[in-house]
Amino acid sequence: MPSSTVLIPPHHYLNDGYGIKSWLLTRDHKRIALLYLASVTFFFFVGGAMAVLIRLDLATPAGDLVTDETYNKLFTMHGVMMVFFFLIPAIPSVLGNFLVPIMIGAKDLAFPKLNLFSWYIFVTGGLFTLYALITGGVDTGWTFYTPFSTVSSTTNVIPTALGIFITGFSSILTGLNFIVTIHRMRAPGMTWFRMPLFLWSTYATSLINVLGTPVIAITVLLVAFERVFHFGFFDPRLGGDPVLFQHMFWFYSHPAVYIMVLPAMGVISELVAAGCRKPVFGYPFVAFASLAIAVLGFLVWGHHMFVAGESVYSAMIFSILSFLVAIPSAVKVFNWTATMYKGAVSWDTAMLYAYGFIGLFTIGGLTGLFLAAIGLDVHVTDTYFIIAHFHYIMVGGTIMGYLGGLHYWWPKISGRLYNEALAKLSAGIIFIGFNLTFFPQFVVGYLGMPRRYHAYPPDFQVLNVLSSAGASILGVGYLLPMFYLMWSLRYGRLAGSNPWGAVGLEWTTTSPPPTENFTQTPIVTWEAYDYRAPAEGHVA
Amino acid sequence: MLPEAAHHPHVPGLAHHFDNLEQQAEATTLGMWVFLVTEVLFFGGLFLVYTVYRTWYPEAFAAASHSLDITLGTINTAVLITSSLTMALAVHAAQLGQRKLLMLFLVATMALGLVFLGIKSVEYYQKFVEHHVPGPSFHFEEPQYAVHAQIFFSLYFLMTGLHALHMIIGFGIMTFMLWWAWRGTITAEYYSPIEIAGLYWHFVDIVWIFLFPLLYLLGRHAH
Repeated sequence: MPSSTVLIPPHHYLNDGYGIKSWLLTRDHKRIALLYLASVTFFFFVGGAMAVLIRLDLATPAGDLVTDETYNKLFTMHGVMMVFFFLIPAIPSVLGNFLVPIMIGAKDLAFPKLNLFSWYIFVTGGLFTLYALITGGVDTGWTFYTPFSTVSSTTNVIPTALGIFITGFSSILTGLNFIVTIHRMRAPGMTWFRMPLFLWSTYATSLINVLGTPVIAITVLLVAFERVFHFGFFDPRLGGDPVLFQHMFWFYSHPAVYIMVLPAMGVISELVAAGCRKPVFGYPFVAFASLAIAVLGFLVWGHHMFVAGESVYSAMIFSILSFLVAIPSAVKVFNWTATMYKGAVSWDTAMLYAYGFIGLFTIGGLTGLFLAAIGLDVHVTDTYFIIAHFHYIMVGGTIMGYLGGLHYWWPKISGRLYNEALAKLSAGIIFIGFNLTFFPQFVVGYLGMPRRYHAYPPDFQVLNVLSSAGASILGVGYLLPMFYLMWSLRYGRLAGSNPWGAVGLEWTTTSPPPTENFTQTPIVTWEAYDYRAPAEGHVA
Repeated sequence: MLPEAAHHPHVPGLAHHFDNLEQQAEATTLGMWVFLVTEVLFFGGLFLVYTVYRTWYPEAFAAASHSLDITLGTINTAVLITSSLTMALAVHAAQLGQRKLLMLFLVATMALGLVFLGIKSVEYYQKFVEHHVPGPSFHFEEPQYAVHAQIFFSLYFLMTGLHALHMIIGFGIMTFMLWWAWRGTITAEYYSPIEIAGLYWHFVDIVWIFLFPLLYLLGRHAH
């Protein structure tokens, strides 16, 4: 039966129970994905509100909107909210949760109850952090550098640290769930090299989650204990070493950058293949590049300490290793570009985000090479150059990938199509707003404007005003999808099971999928991205 | 392969989204191994801190280590290794479907765990009396080592405290297992919960096997 005739199935996961209990006690990975979608969106806008205030303050050199103390709290909470409660969980727990079982032809993740539990942990951690925010905030920066965080700061370090500690378990358990699911739950015929590349990058991300997150957990626990019991691990007066904290912090927090960007890379592989009607060029290279990034990502943390009294030899080794990460990253960029070559390149919304990702990630990645070079890094350390660099990776990379994926799979999630024209418009607004916000920061940083100050010399005002103007455009761009996606839930055209004519198991089931994803366990007999055969031929 | 064969709702212990008990057992075992990897990294952070400060302050660490009660520490090591034996026997009994024997070994494991925790609290109490708990009232007999001995004791309490917390969680898990065994949920076909609970228990033991020499036996070879 051609899928186009059945536009919406009578029974699917969204109408399988309506009450609040059917959501809060659900074990369906798709419903849990939507719970995450609501929570990460909430935290995104909380973190975004801080960014609005930061950019407003920086519109004038004098720093007259907020006091320096408030400013410190604003950028700290912006960082904490965005990193731990949006960027790290967003793609894995929303898109990953929804797609991992469907893409491998399974009925659910290996541990559905654990999956729901992870969401509750996540929300509990978030509430702790919100509590810290509402009762006065925290001013250490999201990096919690010692001994300021353990000895001097009088703000809410402990509740924030506990919030991050708790949320860490949600990352660990979600990663564990994905690893086991990908190992043990694949449908007959779904070999490792037939898996969509999104799963390879989700798998690589999960490895980092499982190996790295416990280290940040113990590290923030040590900070909390040190504040309460004066242990002295990181306090020089008691024989401790503050740089040890930096090592432990970045041992997780640098790989965390790859936790944020690897899933986005996976999304882009899917978007590029579907948008060009071609298999991803050099599939095994892209797959192994994900693993290579995960492994190398654990070996570069020292490049955050080039000016922190690190020995020159470790600095040189960390510098070389940091350059090496560029290789698998570039492999991906080249392979996506090669996929587009002579492809039937589309200009759908999802593809616009993919183009945006590739361009912005390339800029973010290349400026990363500046920072891996020790001499240059000394010049730009703690300036807006760094801020611009990592926002190109995290906002230009991760959020572009997240929004692209959300648009691409939205018909599958909701069963409905959004307004394409509005979606393209907001993709354009986001791209322009993003570049206007962050490109001037490269310049102003290179000229010497330090990060984390609420006032600056008047010479830097033009660039800062450009940046603040860009931020307001970016804000509009982020609000628009909220409205037209919500609108589509009720008024959007029915999507049918495969609105994009894409291949992959998720497009062989109905939109929205049934609670157990497939009416029959699929048997996979084709390779990934098999665009030579018509999509209907894939229904086993 | 008939996909319909997956819909057999009445296999006891089989969750709806698995095809069969074998797949389910493989998945839960792998899940526990991955969790233990996480635990290794969690304790790993503390082992790193330990390594750094022991390398920096070897004399203070040795002096502080000597104040620990090596007899109680050794007894506790023996108690814990024995509990690993009873745990392994419990898994064996579960595989054979010997319900009473399984319950007996689970109770033995829990009892040994309690003995361990009891001895540990006696040791904590001694440290408290000797003012070896880090903080304002900390006092160390050899003043030249006092500052750095406090780092040793901070690590001692953190590492053994986290270990004890894991023991308590393990005790909770064993209580559940005992309840399941008593109820008859655990059978010769469905024993993977006992197996993965055993993995966890052995892991907590192994952590102690590292903690004991690192904390109790420092610098002893010289005397």
